[in-house]
Amino acid sequence: MSKLLPTAAREPADPSLARARRRRAHRVPYALLLPALLGLTFLVLPLAGLLIRAPWSALPEQLTSTEVWDALRLSLICATAATGVSLVLGVPLAWLLARTEFPGRRIIRALVTLPLVLPPVVGGVALLLVLGRNGIVGRWLDSAFGITLPFHTSGVVLAEAFVAMPFLVISVEGALRAADPRYEEAAATLGASRLTAFRRVTLPLIAPGIGAGAVLAWARALGEFGATITFAGNFPGQTQTMPLAVYLAMESDPEAAIALSLVLLAVSIAVLAGLRDRWMSAP
Amino acid sequence: MITTTRRTAVAAAAVIALAGGLTACSSDGSKPAAGDSSASSTAAAPKLSGTVTVFAAASLKESFTALGKKFEAAHPGVTVKFNFGGSSALAQSIVSGAPADVFAAASTKTMKTVTDAKAAGADPKVFVRNTLEIAVPKGNPKHIAALKDLAGSGLKVALCAKEVPCGAAAVEALKAGGVNLTPVTLEQDVKGALTKVELGEVDASLVYRTDVKADAAKIDGVDFPEAAKAVNDYPIAALTKAPNATAAAAFVEYIQSAEAQQVLTAAGFQAP
Repeated sequence: MSKLLPTAAREPADPSLARARRRRAHRVPYALLLPALLGLTFLVLPLAGLLIRAPWSALPEQLTSTEVWDALRLSLICATAATGVSLVLGVPLAWLLARTEFPGRRIIRALVTLPLVLPPVVGGVALLLVLGRNGIVGRWLDSAFGITLPFHTSGVVLAEAFVAMPFLVISVEGALRAADPRYEEAAATLGASRLTAFRRVTLPLIAPGIGAGAVLAWARALGEFGATITFAGNFPGQTQTMPLAVYLAMESDPEAAIALSLVLLAVSIAVLAGLRDRWMSAP
Repeated sequence: MITTTRRTAVAAAAVIALAGGLTACSSDGSKPAAGDSSASSTAAAPKLSGTVTVFAAASLKESFTALGKKFEAAHPGVTVKFNFGGSSALAQSIVSGAPADVFAAASTKTMKTVTDAKAAGADPKVFVRNTLEIAVPKGNPKHIAALKDLAGSGLKVALCAKEVPCGAAAVEALKAGGVNLTPVTLEQDVKGALTKVELGEVDASLVYRTDVKADAAKIDGVDFPEAAKAVNDYPIAALTKAPNATAAAAFVEYIQSAEAQQVLTAAGFQAP
């Protein structure tokens, strides 16, 4: 693929000119530097505060309780499952939005991204009204199959997918718009069907975009609180994910809450760092 | 070139300073109310002014909102601001230095968190008591008549999490009745447990009588004898670091007055 990509802008022939240009590029104006550093402090300081206030001595004792590991296990499983659901449904949806023209596409696109701005609790209530025991679809699921989604682990996955999928759709759609459609057209002229072209040409082209979107969605799902507690409720081992456990620990024992948050932080950082190297091509 | 850079820097600095100033303002918490007459009052009682910020348990929402309006009417120039939430969370934020004047909790345990941290005086006053009821959808479709019915098979029950007062009370009541039930969810506050019944997602939940009363259009309450074993006392206290100490003391006083007690008992609370 790399051979086909346009070559980078060439360096000017005069070396002194090149040096001057590089110097100009490296000089950071203070007007940008100051707010940038303030912004960085603002984002990093609270996390540092967590580390400073962490009950290090009591940490081992806090983390040996089975509830913590139940919550962490559930969080990881559900966030991964929600990412899987988002991939299976979201990538085709992104393709539809990026590659086809149909009336009302803009409205559909706006609707798809709505969960990004919707308060998660409202998302949870909306899910209840549709998939709950008395919901439009939920009632029928209950009577026909005896399936009740709320208060069940599958409810957690659905709540997280509802909130996380838009991240993936936006990310993949952007990658598709940036990818050159002529490759697909070329594949088509060589006799590939649309599906084959998508599978063999488009998907490899936008793989980094899909990866980035999946990581974003996974991270969003891992931290999901509002929709989960509203739609799936809170029961240890069944629907109590890590954020719910943290919230309730905050009610009675802030030290335990800090310990739990540290675990979640450590896991997130480890996973995101591990995935970043693999998926996100550094510029 | 240089001047524009400097100008941008000045603008950026101004924006930052402004933002800082704003946060300083909002964290101050006690701005004198607008239109506050500075004329010296000749009344015997000290004239109250400014804002009084009350942190109160979620179960007090309806009655305290009404009482706040009455208090404002009795003391022109005073604005009462409420922050309703789970008692435990409110207690935590007070201990962490939230600028509040008064704390009204749904349990002595959560109040103790605050008094232990020296954030309130040593003698909070119990102003009402509250007991549990079984909340069921209107018409009681599952015919629940006693606490033991909740342990029936196929029933979905919501309880409050044991970390919050309504959950602690539910644990007490179930223990007293020797009832062993597995709920489908442990909600973070009493209103959450009630909403789940209202939406029909669960068949019943254990909430306060007052919540059932406040939601009488959609919810029916079932009394059960074991509730007497799990009575919640509601203490109220003015906070030591109250930005508006005089108004805080007056509000605590008012909540214990006959007029306020009448409003509270009408809402389903019991006199202490």
